[in-house]
Amino acid sequence: MGGYGAFIWPAYGIVAIVMAGLLVAAVRGTRARARDLAALEATGVSRRGNPPQSKGSDGDDA
Amino acid sequence: MHRFANPARFMRIAERLLPWVSGATGLTLIAGLYFGLFASPADYQQGETVRIMYVHVPAAWMALFIYTTMAVASVSYIVWKHPLADVAAQAAAPIGAGFTAMALITGSLWGQPMWGTWWVWDARLTSVLILFFLYLGYMALVNAFDDPERGSRAGAILALVGFINVPIIKFSVDWWNTLHQPASVVKMDGPAIDNSMLIPLLLMALGFKLYFLVVLVIRMRGELTARRVRALRLVEADV
Amino acid sequence: MTPKRRRLTIVFLGLLMLGSATALVLTAFEDNLVFFYSPTELETKNIGPDRRIRIGGLVEEESVGKQADGVTNTFRVTDLTKSVPVAFKGALPDLFREGQGIIAEGRFVKGVFQASEVLAKHDETYMPREVADALKKSGQWKGQGTE
Repeated sequence: MGGYGAFIWPAYGIVAIVMAGLLVAAVRGTRARARDLAALEATGVSRRGNPPQSKGSDGDDA
Repeated sequence: MHRFANPARFMRIAERLLPWVSGATGLTLIAGLYFGLFASPADYQQGETVRIMYVHVPAAWMALFIYTTMAVASVSYIVWKHPLADVAAQAAAPIGAGFTAMALITGSLWGQPMWGTWWVWDARLTSVLILFFLYLGYMALVNAFDDPERGSRAGAILALVGFINVPIIKFSVDWWNTLHQPASVVKMDGPAIDNSMLIPLLLMALGFKLYFLVVLVIRMRGELTARRVRALRLVEADV
Repeated sequence: MTPKRRRLTIVFLGLLMLGSATALVLTAFEDNLVFFYSPTELETKNIGPDRRIRIGGLVEEESVGKQADGVTNTFRVTDLTKSVPVAFKGALPDLFREGQGIIAEGRFVKGVFQASEVLAKHDETYMPREVADALKKSGQWKGQGTE
């Protein structure tokens, strides 16, 4: 890297860390919310009084 | 427009596309890294450090693009009460903050060997730092209210007010003398970048954009589920 | 007026006012936002000799030298109209060379700009060395830097 490796590799490293971190945080957060929802629905909370939603959104995590 | 205003339908379509977009993201980023790190020449002046450009410039573009997206979403939330706009803006903010941080840090790592300094308070660098604080301020403000509706409204207003910073960042290098050089790719007489360097730059830019879509859809699903959980808990509390 | 139109008008007027206010503020603070002065601007702005400032321009061809002490670099900074002499004791950045854009921070002492820091500015042109050489050979060179 022409003597500039000490700058180039950390630059790519920080980009990799931040992008991987954002992705992992997003997936984890979404799974945790889905678990919350599944747990609530398992206790049999009534859905009445909610804004109309599509049927069958039973915690499907993609 | 109201076809996509139905959150359930929008998310169904988005999530069906998600695996394909994720695959395209991976392939584009791998190609971009290959061209950026190995299959492109060193610059005639800056030598190998030009490789930092392939992550620095796309990250900076994303920082501006995501803030613009948030501002547009905020307008449609305030004016048309679009139900997904607010979800999208809130899901986008941390991604934008991440890209802004990347742009600042990689810029610093580029500035030290080339300019001879990690940081200067010139108009470009300072306005990007302000953008970073706007992202953080937005995220803090949205969550600062007990009533999520009020948080959304306050956040949308902050996103709009802060949008004034976006053209300032873009044109700072033209309006004032700065240490930072003017734009290379978007200029009147065509890019001032050789094709061998434009290829990795554009590949990385495309990869970052696709990556944003992937993480955005995942975060939007999370936010929509969180809202459902909140609504259900309210019902539970009433019983 | 429907509520939607009213909200749209408020948003539009709000942004317009905010934009004008920002433009006014930025114009008022123009001198503080400018990162450096060119040698020509130095004459017209009439900056006091004791003020710490930054000057920017190209390193004049064949002006780079060293003082008798062997550590102080001397060179002239030019904007191709006017030029000023600069003295700098310290390490120059990697991009420093004749014809290169630089920014120096310091103050004038007896007509010589005593710099405490020298930063290299680079332009927005990126190309491989072979392309740069070919352009120079064919006489189509427009960029900075000679070597």
